[in-house]
Amino acid sequence: MNIYVLLKKTFDTEEKIAVTNGQIEDDGAEFIINPYDEYAVEEAIVQRDEHGGEVTVVTVGDEDSEKQLRTALAMGADKAVLINTEDDLDEGDQYTTAKILEAYFEDKDADLILAGNVAIDEASGQVGPRLAELLGIPYVTTITGLKIDGETVSIDKDVEGDVEKVETSLPVLVTCQQGLNDPRYPSLPGIMKAKKKPLEELEIDDLDLDEDELEPKTKTVDIFLPPEKEAGKVLEGELQDQVQELVSLLKNEAKVL
Amino acid sequence: MSKLLVIGETRDGSLRNVTFEAIAAAKKIDSDGEVVGVLCGNGELESQANEMVYYGADRVIAIKHDNLKTYTSEGFGQAIMAVINDESPAAIVMGHTAIGKDLTPKIASKLEAGLISDATDIEVDGDKVVFTRPIYSGKAFEKKIITSDITFVTVRPNNITAFDRDESRTGEISSKDVEVTDIRTVIKDVIRKVSEGVDLSEAKVIVAGGRGVKSEDGFKPLQELADLLGGAVGASRGACDAEYCDYSLQIGQTGKVVTPDLYIACGISGAIQHLAGMSNSKVIVAINKDPEANIFNVADYGIVGDLFEVVPMLIEEIKKIK
Repeated sequence: MNIYVLLKKTFDTEEKIAVTNGQIEDDGAEFIINPYDEYAVEEAIVQRDEHGGEVTVVTVGDEDSEKQLRTALAMGADKAVLINTEDDLDEGDQYTTAKILEAYFEDKDADLILAGNVAIDEASGQVGPRLAELLGIPYVTTITGLKIDGETVSIDKDVEGDVEKVETSLPVLVTCQQGLNDPRYPSLPGIMKAKKKPLEELEIDDLDLDEDELEPKTKTVDIFLPPEKEAGKVLEGELQDQVQELVSLLKNEAKVL
Repeated sequence: MSKLLVIGETRDGSLRNVTFEAIAAAKKIDSDGEVVGVLCGNGELESQANEMVYYGADRVIAIKHDNLKTYTSEGFGQAIMAVINDESPAAIVMGHTAIGKDLTPKIASKLEAGLISDATDIEVDGDKVVFTRPIYSGKAFEKKIITSDITFVTVRPNNITAFDRDESRTGEISSKDVEVTDIRTVIKDVIRKVSEGVDLSEAKVIVAGGRGVKSEDGFKPLQELADLLGGAVGASRGACDAEYCDYSLQIGQTGKVVTPDLYIACGISGAIQHLAGMSNSKVIVAINKDPEANIFNVADYGIVGDLFEVVPMLIEEIKKIK
């Protein structure tokens, strides 16, 4: 089976965010594999081990994304592809990323494409469904279970806490939700092996794409931090009195009761 | 007059509140525009269509088809695309819900359009419509504009105020026949895990538990408080990892990002990942045994104490004023 994973690097969830001149400050920040993409990598490996085939991890990003691709290889993916847009694209959006991936997948004959259901930075959740639409294959988002039997694919889909049992067939694109699996940590032998696994680097020119097709459809005009929350009031006194005061504050001051 | 298409969403037969917020959002995009609601289903849609009118839609198109009984991106996608082709709307608005997230990228891709997901505010600046949306789970915000022809946005529940319901409003309700074929993703069954009641992402009040809740049973008083306030129960990752509750309740950088009017954090330490998911709530109450807990730094009101003592007292006190 030809399995592909769409992977994005994101800020570590521990990172505080700083903004300078309307841009996110990324100097010295720690980056990780987007946590939802980790579920995708894990699931790809599990499915490959069960059905055979190969797992290729694909990133549209910059040179620094190599680190996260190596981590995915260390987890057990077979190959990695970095589509480096650093020199060619000033600004991209979900439309452009999906277009680039469409061009990449044109001749790939993918059976299964997995992605995170959302990236924890931009959090649009658009690229997976957009790509599936461009490739003309069905997609199922926010999956928490995946069984493949021949061409038949049975999926558990999380819908705001309820579970939909979905049946579809290969090829399909799925986006992964928490609860699908427990992503493994790369083992030491895995890390050693990853260094020798193939990591192909492509640029826009290597794909069959016109530059004017990559004009983004949205534009970011500002980035700012939310107003700092003032430290609130920690109540004092007997517990019973505190609770009474709290209810009174919620009713009369905050007006939320 | 430009047309503003609002895609309505129902849950258990009733329209979701975010649909009414989407109508108000459409009016923010163009206050002179005609709001055209669209509803998909296989049964009676008349009453829901009327509701959309009461909340500000100028007319509503109802599409009925057996293949629209349950939502699928393929079925609803075909139906909505048919309406878009008929109406050529200047803007499309929908709630940023499970269905909104699933459906809108497909339509945007078909239209080769930009799409702003999860907007929390909309302003008009000259001839530009500027959308505000959280990034990094609310640790920062960005303002975005759309540069393609159609303005296309999903709005986060609880952020844009719906118009007041006005039963004297009238509007045309029409039905439309659409071919809905070739559904490749078939819903075989739906297992309801979420108890009846309020959805976490739309809840006005959330009572959330962390590791301090200690067990599955420990969530019971939290549920009781949430029920009393007409709210929903949420959880921190710690509580989910410890299997006190389902991951569907998780609030944080992974998990849901919520902005209720009132957020009551019980036994939650306040890790940065959790704060990202809830710190934009309007009023935050923290209940924690540890006076040094980080959650107190974002709380409007804090009680240092054992949640198993405080929550039952809180329930009694609130009952007194209800």
